[in-house]
Amino acid sequence: MTTTTAEPETGSVRRGSGRDVQGSGRLAGLLLSPTLLVLALVVGYPIIKALHDSLYQRSQGLDAQGFVVQGDRFVGLKNYLDIFSGDSSSMFWNAFWNTTFFTVTTVVIETVLGVTMALVMHQAFRGRGLVRASILVPWAIPTVVSGLLWRWIFQADGVANALIGTQVLWTTEGFHAKVAVIIADTWKTAPFVGLLVLAGLQTIPRDVYEAARVDGAGAQQQFWRITLPMVKPVLLIAVLFRLLDVLRMFDLPYVLIGERKQSVETLTMLALDEANNLRYGPAAAYATILFVYVALVAYAFVKLLGTDVIGQMRQQGKATSKRKKNTAPVRQEVTA
Amino acid sequence: MAGISRTVPAWSRGAIAIGAMAVVLAACGSGKTGSGSGDAAGRLSGRGPITLAQGKDTSGNVQNQVNTWNSRHPKEQVRLIELPEDADAQRQQMVQNAQTKSDAYTVLNLDVVWTSEFAANRWITPLPKAQFDLSKFLPPTVQTATYRDQLYAAPWKTDAGLLYYRTDLLKKAGISAPPKTWDEMKTDCGKVKGVNCYAGQFDKYEGLTCNFSEAVDSAGGVVVDDQGKPDVNTPQAKQGLDFLVQGFKSGLIPKEAITYQEEPARRAFEKGNLLFLRQWPYQWALSNKPGSSKVVGKFDVAPLPGLGGPGAPTLGGHNLAISAFAKNKATALDFISFLTSENTERANLLASSEAPTLASLYGDPELRKKFPYLPVLKASLLNAKPRPKAVRYGDVTAAIQEDAYAALTGKMTSDQALADLQNKLGQLIQP
Repeated sequence: MTTTTAEPETGSVRRGSGRDVQGSGRLAGLLLSPTLLVLALVVGYPIIKALHDSLYQRSQGLDAQGFVVQGDRFVGLKNYLDIFSGDSSSMFWNAFWNTTFFTVTTVVIETVLGVTMALVMHQAFRGRGLVRASILVPWAIPTVVSGLLWRWIFQADGVANALIGTQVLWTTEGFHAKVAVIIADTWKTAPFVGLLVLAGLQTIPRDVYEAARVDGAGAQQQFWRITLPMVKPVLLIAVLFRLLDVLRMFDLPYVLIGERKQSVETLTMLALDEANNLRYGPAAAYATILFVYVALVAYAFVKLLGTDVIGQMRQQGKATSKRKKNTAPVRQEVTA
Repeated sequence: MAGISRTVPAWSRGAIAIGAMAVVLAACGSGKTGSGSGDAAGRLSGRGPITLAQGKDTSGNVQNQVNTWNSRHPKEQVRLIELPEDADAQRQQMVQNAQTKSDAYTVLNLDVVWTSEFAANRWITPLPKAQFDLSKFLPPTVQTATYRDQLYAAPWKTDAGLLYYRTDLLKKAGISAPPKTWDEMKTDCGKVKGVNCYAGQFDKYEGLTCNFSEAVDSAGGVVVDDQGKPDVNTPQAKQGLDFLVQGFKSGLIPKEAITYQEEPARRAFEKGNLLFLRQWPYQWALSNKPGSSKVVGKFDVAPLPGLGGPGAPTLGGHNLAISAFAKNKATALDFISFLTSENTERANLLASSEAPTLASLYGDPELRKKFPYLPVLKASLLNAKPRPKAVRYGDVTAAIQEDAYAALTGKMTSDQALADLQNKLGQLIQP
């Protein structure tokens, strides 16, 4: 899916080398085949296997001697039906809403904070390098470790309660548990958004701002009309990454709040719980549902917000290289 | 666009891939079951190198004992395989090892609550009873090593909850002996001001299962009866659960105890915030270390109190079993006998302060001097009850935690919680 503006430019190139396309395509395929093979093995096979397993159930009955009756049974879509309408459906919907809730709240907060951090880091000031490095520290800490760290902060006689002056039992069931997870997740991943956005900010040429200033644009106008549109492709990628990441959220609520606490139970936690109890069929079904959900969210996101994220990056790359010859395309980009 | 949607799921597959892998391995294993585990008790054969799979060797003493064995048996070397420190992760690796029918693990160091699951799935081999003098072990520990009257493991290390209490505060209040019943405990707490009365481990995790079972057993109830049938919806069980529920309501148990696992509970006691604490023996040495603890020399232990007399603590600990898919099972059996022998268990207690399963060691004067709590621990152990012996223990403990937590946090009444639990356990535990 290439963008319309790129079409005419590449069209002429394509026509020129039309005779070569077939042969080089075959060569490209040949050269890529080891990669494709590896991908098929490490990506394709687990997906297909998980789909396959989600249609089976392991027997859990005992025979007369007390031994587990061995063997897997084909059950069709029963695992899925059980998830959506069986006894455990309330667990599923609860986890589904938790996952969605965490996704929406954390991504919004992290985006706002991340952009703010990036704007601060982008300013030239003394010790800028130190600030940039230190802002990365939370991102560099393994999630399990930061989960333990925050658990310590949120314990009954911990720092969090000392700061707010009342005793909130953060790790018990309730809305406060969700808040604890959101705070810890924001602390950990806002820097990630910040860093990606900072990289985007640094590609914005200075002369655009100079021109804006000459034209009499204020700081606010510059942010909304120049900075934000030009950093948008990078920002969208950062948000997309976060979306996909947080939909699979597992370690933070698991370590910080604990297993099987409905207030923070996410879909991955349900899948793990099933697998731990040797019910691989339902576990695979949960995983497949999450997989479909993640794919849908990614698709909707790309469709609604970004036209083509990768294409836009390419386009921007082209635009900046052209800038040397002519500043006109940049203007187009800005107003687009 | 197309590129993105194709790669995106790839990242999201991490967790699934691992799960799927486990399933793949499981699938590889199924089909020809029973062939490896068909050895009846007493026909363990094969000698040569073996492995011992267990959680992280935190004291370093298991490696010492393995070295001792290796120096005596050059042709039957044992290699220690350290699994993660987290019990769930250990179980997961052992389960995967069993499902691939791998011979990588020979001797398995099993948590006492896993015995039934491993035995029922034929992942471990029955052990010949004649090989062990079972009368030398504390009887409750032997119970945890059997499944349907067949011995599947040898009791190695044991554990039971004790009542830690502040001797200095009781003395000041003119109380000479620790409480034997819950009512005595409440009375004692009324006389001592300025500290919280009682705590245990009430967060929603395995510790809650232990604390709940203890309360029920100490009131004369059962979670699962001797025949293995769930029988938790009884007046006795209700009295036990109510002790905890009312404790939270009346402030006898501080509110924050609902977040306590072992370590936060220990810290609260060491800060001097608690008069009584239900805790495992490991805390003894730590709380007597000057520096972090404010209660050095100011506490002692007693058997847990109960409704009408001493309570019944929940049994913890580890057993040694032989993987059904391992080679050199005769060596493995000898190695287990070596680890559970009096000399080795004695040395292990001295090095790691983990409680032994052999009754005789509790009377050893030298050990008693170093571990003054041994007599109390022995009395507790003899009275201790195992957690439900269930093949689907993971589901059973989840159900117990769910309902006990709901009762403690006031989401359900004790009656509702016990009725619900009885119903769930009935479905989970097959006669």
